[in-house]
Amino acid sequence: MNVKRHPPYRRPMTGWWKRDPFFMRYMLRETTAFAVAAYAIVLCVGVLRLAQGEAAWNGWLQALRSPLSLLLHLVLLAAFVIHAYSWFQIMPKTLPMIKMGGEQVSASAIQRAGWSAAAIATVLVLALAAWWQS
Amino acid sequence: MSETITKTIVIEVMRYRPEQESEPVWERFTVPYTDDMSVLQGLQAIKDDQDGSLSFRWSCRMAICGSCGMMINGKPMLSCQTFLRDFAPGPIRVEALAHLPIERDLVVSVEPFVKKLESVKPYIIPKEARTLEQGEYLQSPEELERIEQYSSCINCMLCYAACPQFGIDPEFTGPGVLALLHRYNADSRDGGQAERMEVLNAQDGVWSCTAVGYCSEVCPKGVDPARAVNQNKMNSATDYFFSRFLLPGSKRGGKP
Amino acid sequence: MTGKPRSNAPIFWLMFGAGGMLSALLGTAMVFITGLAVPLGLFYSPELLSYPRVLALAQHGLGKLFLLAVIALFAWHAAHRILCSLHDIGIHKGLVAKLCCYGSAFAITVVVAVNLLRVGF
Repeated sequence: MNVKRHPPYRRPMTGWWKRDPFFMRYMLRETTAFAVAAYAIVLCVGVLRLAQGEAAWNGWLQALRSPLSLLLHLVLLAAFVIHAYSWFQIMPKTLPMIKMGGEQVSASAIQRAGWSAAAIATVLVLALAAWWQS
Repeated sequence: MSETITKTIVIEVMRYRPEQESEPVWERFTVPYTDDMSVLQGLQAIKDDQDGSLSFRWSCRMAICGSCGMMINGKPMLSCQTFLRDFAPGPIRVEALAHLPIERDLVVSVEPFVKKLESVKPYIIPKEARTLEQGEYLQSPEELERIEQYSSCINCMLCYAACPQFGIDPEFTGPGVLALLHRYNADSRDGGQAERMEVLNAQDGVWSCTAVGYCSEVCPKGVDPARAVNQNKMNSATDYFFSRFLLPGSKRGGKP
Repeated sequence: MTGKPRSNAPIFWLMFGAGGMLSALLGTAMVFITGLAVPLGLFYSPELLSYPRVLALAQHGLGKLFLLAVIALFAWHAAHRILCSLHDIGIHKGLVAKLCCYGSAFAITVVVAVNLLRVGF
């Protein structure tokens, strides 16, 4: 019997990330990259202005005081928080098995260590800046 | 004394019969059920009593053969361990595993998966030739612990249905196969890491993974393929930078 | 053997990882200080980022290293992730996409390096 073999049907991937909340959270995590890029550009322009002299530098500082810049940095701040949270959330997946005291270190222990490190680093930077200005 | 069946549930199944339609269509069935029935049993009731042409894979009915994977309300699940009572009164939407080409109804094409699995040499490649007289390999509980979860894979392909990178690029080796690659690389008895590095190091090896992590969420056996793939990114990166400086013939191929 | 070519992804992935770690640890505080606190005079005096102070930082060897590392690695992290996100929404990692993403990060790296040298020592 000669049965015609049809090629298997491939379903389209368009809008795949809207199909499940898990994917939406993944996309949110990935889009924080735009915030990191934006801030890198802000700092890059800052270094450029610094090299161009005091007037240019003060111009950059002035721009940072504009309502648009303040709003932008509020958004960037939220994005960086989401980045820090999601970065350490995924970190256990990137590490080989670690044993401490005969037991495997759990994924949640690794996450908590990461989030703690981020919190401590944040406090340290804020403190360092406070010390530097005095 | 048997329970009198009074409850029914609506199951919507994505049908695809290539000889009669060019695209999949949804078909609705009303199925009498009891609380102990799985979605698989619901499909079997449809096939027995309503439409004998409904096609789906199944075998063990106990979540070990890996045959009955399908999308149930949009999530990759084993139909034999998903229960109708949890979705009552429905409708439950049942579709072939996502990202895989549909042969017919709920039957997907598995050949690419099998070919990828073969490509990673999923068996112990001894470090050196071993005779029977030398006896069995000895393996400590700690050495077993490094591979045990990865050896639990039942090849059900739920992780492929979960992985959007595989959906976007079907050439991606994928979570399950890479987890099995890791299972053998990490086995204390194995000496074949160098032979498996080519698969790992390729763009469609570990480097197509973006750590979505959904594969590990849906795995019915707790294999955690996301971890297998992502911890091997460091191995692959190490191999990228350091293997160039080693002598040819070296077995250096990344450590588990 | 299938003869699959080795991917060059490790280079970009390592920078992605370094930039991601730096931005996860330091980014929040930095954005707060430079983008909100100092411009608004909140908790910190606007003098914190005055020209003489920042110039002194940028002229110091360690200051240069810090600024270059932070800005460049943030850029390389973002470039790699954005390239991957474009792939996720259907834009393939072709030469144009790679040049736009990695090229931008490279440009930022060069601009920062050059200008850190321009401020002198």
